[in-house]
Amino acid sequence: MADLRINLAGIQSPNPFWLASAPPTNSGYQVQRAFEAGWGGAVWKTLGDPILNVSSRFAAVSFNGQKVAGFNNIELITDRPLEINLKEIYETKKRFPNHAIIASLMVEPKQEKWHEIVKRVEDVGVDGLELNFGCPHGMAERGMGAASGQVPELVEKQTYWAKEMAKTPVIVKLTPNITDITVTAEAAVRGGADAISMINTINSLAGVDLNTWNTIPHVGGKGAHGGYCGPAVKPIALNMVGECARSPHINLPISGIGGISNWQDAAEFLLMGATGVQVCTAAMHHGFRIVEDMIDGLNNYLDEKGITSVMDIVGQSVPKYSDWGNLDLNYKVVAEINNDKCIHCNKCYIACEDTSHQAIDLYHDASGLSQLKIREEDCVGCNLCSIVCPEEGAITMKEVKNTLPSMTWNERQEMLKVLNTTAEPIGK
Amino acid sequence: MINSLLDKNFEEVTLGFSKASAMEEANRCLYCYDAPCMRACPTSINVPSFIKKIASGNLKGSAKVILEANPMGASCARVCPTEELCEGACVMQKDDKPIKIGALQRYATDWVKNQDIPLFNAGVPNGKRIAIIGSGPAGLSAARELCRMGYEVTIFEAEKKAGGLNQHGIVSFRLPQEVVDWEVEQVRRLGATILTGKRVGKDVTCDELLENFDRIIVAVGMSKVPNLNIEGEMLEGVLDAIEFVKTTKQETVPQNMIGKKVVVIGAGNTAIDAATCAIRLGAASVKILYRRTANEMTAYPFEYEFAKQEGVEFQWLTSPKKVVGNEDGQVMALECVQMKLVDCYDRKDALLEVENSNFTIATDFVIRAIGQKRQVDLIQEFNIQQSNGIPSVDPVTLQTSNSKVYACGDVIYGNGYGDATVVSAVQQGKDCAYAIHHSLKQSSEIA
Ligand SMILES: Cc1cc2nc3c(=O)[nH]c(=O)nc-3n(C[C@H](O)[C@H](O)[C@H](O)COP(=O)(O)OP(=O)(O)OC[C@H]3O[C@@H](n4cnc5c(N)ncnc54)[C@H](O)[C@@H]3O)c2cc1C
Ligand SMILES: Cc1cc2nc3c(=O)[nH]c(=O)nc-3n(C[C@H](O)[C@H](O)[C@H](O)COP(=O)(O)O)c2cc1C
Ligand code: SF4
Ligand code: SF4
Ligand code: SF4
Repeated sequence: MADLRINLAGIQSPNPFWLASAPPTNSGYQVQRAFEAGWGGAVWKTLGDPILNVSSRFAAVSFNGQKVAGFNNIELITDRPLEINLKEIYETKKRFPNHAIIASLMVEPKQEKWHEIVKRVEDVGVDGLELNFGCPHGMAERGMGAASGQVPELVEKQTYWAKEMAKTPVIVKLTPNITDITVTAEAAVRGGADAISMINTINSLAGVDLNTWNTIPHVGGKGAHGGYCGPAVKPIALNMVGECARSPHINLPISGIGGISNWQDAAEFLLMGATGVQVCTAAMHHGFRIVEDMIDGLNNYLDEKGITSVMDIVGQSVPKYSDWGNLDLNYKVVAEINNDKCIHCNKCYIACEDTSHQAIDLYHDASGLSQLKIREEDCVGCNLCSIVCPEEGAITMKEVKNTLPSMTWNERQEMLKVLNTTAEPIGK
Repeated sequence: MINSLLDKNFEEVTLGFSKASAMEEANRCLYCYDAPCMRACPTSINVPSFIKKIASGNLKGSAKVILEANPMGASCARVCPTEELCEGACVMQKDDKPIKIGALQRYATDWVKNQDIPLFNAGVPNGKRIAIIGSGPAGLSAARELCRMGYEVTIFEAEKKAGGLNQHGIVSFRLPQEVVDWEVEQVRRLGATILTGKRVGKDVTCDELLENFDRIIVAVGMSKVPNLNIEGEMLEGVLDAIEFVKTTKQETVPQNMIGKKVVVIGAGNTAIDAATCAIRLGAASVKILYRRTANEMTAYPFEYEFAKQEGVEFQWLTSPKKVVGNEDGQVMALECVQMKLVDCYDRKDALLEVENSNFTIATDFVIRAIGQKRQVDLIQEFNIQQSNGIPSVDPVTLQTSNSKVYACGDVIYGNGYGDATVVSAVQQGKDCAYAIHHSLKQSSEIA
């Protein structure tokens, strides 16, 4: 039994699984049910000045019959009065003193507003604060959420104001609706943040109804862009976490969010530098009970690897994540087809022939069955054939032993520079 | 040569899921809340949970969920009548495509069996000794739970190998011995002593057990197939179906049915198992005779389908009258009579012989598969209350009229408890274990 406890910027939690600030954490009833189910922490549905919501609010994208590959919402922050939320936070914390309760906050970009709300939530005993600079719709039109999260100066200033008053750790939740997330992450660092969390939702429109021509979702025939989350956004979130984790200018603990549905997703975020993870869509799809397998699966994984504490895997993959310019140009893999396992769908052939490097020969044996053969000299090792292949083990990408030493693009450019400068005098 | 060919016929028919198929199937499961499949499983396995764990790649966790609820989860994955139980209750009945729960259960338990990872630990010894008579699924399941609660468990098993009908009765092409051996080994690993070749009533007396143990669990199953009570029954070639199936579970299978004609009498699952065994032993023709019709037979639909596919013929409304032998005392033929179902005597399906309809079927073997007798002698020796050889038990605790003696599994089948199935025996074994624990705790004999 591995030790699953985490310490994220001083916030302790019995395991790395938190519910993200969203409908699942809307009330004390829900958060207490979640803790009973095993969640280690919860970021309360964002608190701020009361808002009005619309109906309907959610839409999901199915992919080839799988429901909720992606999820889209136009919901705003909490629609319940602050006093009630504070009372329920207090009660919940009392019942679950060892679980992490984080208050998510969003107010107008004014110093006194931040001071006031920070004080009020800390008075009821939260373990930390999360500043919501990410909500991409509605609140942004009022200058809050993503609108302030996209402006580094505003991120820095508001973080600073929150920190002026805060006694508990401050996590800044970043919006992915920006070109380079490390820019706003660095702004959070300058503002004095204790940790960062990412990602909030990505601007999206789930679809258009082909019969009514309405947007999906729509509110009485009109739609507005929403925020995208769920399994589909995981690669985007994982990259953003990785970019922040490997930046020498950030050095803050990270709470990873975005498309995490099971323990494997969570472990990937941890390896890529997150100290803990937050989940919204998967819980909305299946209920709080999913955390049971998240805990059990992660625990079994750590046991199997002989790792005693989950904190020991945090960031282990970060040194392996770099810039393209640092990749070895002389490393080479080629595809290898195992015709014994092949089920002869010929998908690899047509993928390579039409859209990659025409490196697969297709011929038919005496019985008319297709046989496939890679021409290694033409194979660029792109992985495409193995990606489209439906049969496990039919295509493997194998490393080709190379006689050339490792050489990255950056090293190559360096070398060319040196060559050019040493060549110069002769040229002159 | 023939020898190894026949042996091959007794290898497991159904191949397990490949990884890709298991993932596909696991991801098809909706992960229902308050899932009907779970409620339909007699051992209440948390089906959505174990399937979700297959999908997430947590196979150890998946197997643990299964085996926690059902110590014989690997056997059950193969022999449970799933269409009557979990799969029959699955919400995905549209287009007849319920989740293949049994096959997924097999995938997870096979994984843990192949890895040989121990999943459970013995409890802290509490000093109490329990004797279990019979190492079938009921006895083993009780033993597993008792060991986990710290009891010193001794199982007495009359046969040379432990496992009960899972070991000797259910045909190996549906349930390989290797699976049963593994399950027995899991119980042994938790500290249970399994004494094979020890028949209670012969090698040990009931009184000895009553003296030396704090509680006794009678999990002896049922007994031999009863006689047909017709002329010629003692001829060479008249077999007891269960004894017959048992011979196919030896190192090498018998050779004496190759090219022979076989008639099986009865239409329950045992009849089907005997008939399909005969086919796989190389019999030239195998017929099942049943007094009634397909509608009344007790074999599961999937078993019936399987038998037909294997080439078993069914002859309905036929009852045996006399086994005819040759000078050497071997079976030559079976004389039968035609039956009819009539609407009379207050019943819709009273069974009557059709007058002058006798006919003979040439055959070399007649296999009786008309139910099982009861373990009357042992029940009498314990001097516990019974009716028709079935011990009377408390419906909740499964305690007999002797407060130290409990009974579970097939031995109590017939008085309204469960079905004569492996999964039901397993659940009763668990129930017995908890009831014993509860009673010893109540009487403060253990902390
Ligand atoms: C041919 C056949 C096919 C079957 N197919 C299926 C199937 O597909 N699915 C399904 O769910 N069920 C099936 N069953 C039923 C299933 O096998 C039984 O319901 C189940 O095994 C009952 O378990 P048990 O532990 O109560 O008894 P058993 O499995 O009968 O075990 C009883 C054990 O007690 C031992 N014993 C008996 N007397 C004594 C004594 N005096 N001292 C010591 N030991 C003793 C016996 O040797 C035996 O090992 C089948 C049964 C048969 C016969
Ligand atoms: C319906 C809905 C409402 C949300 N509301 C909030 C919110 O109030 N505050 C916030 O910080 N994030 C909010 N989020 C974003 C989530 O906290 C989370 O960052 C995002 O959903 C990505 O995680 P996921 O892929 O696990 O869903 C909301 C998401 C959804 C789906
Ligand atoms: S999930 Fe509940 S709140 Fe949402 S639409 Fe359905 S019934 Fe209404
Ligand atoms: S894609 Fe895979 S299975 Fe299909 S032909 Fe190619 S190697 Fe064979
Ligand atoms: S009822 Fe069917 S779909 Fe629902 S959880 Fe059970 S197996 Fe899965």
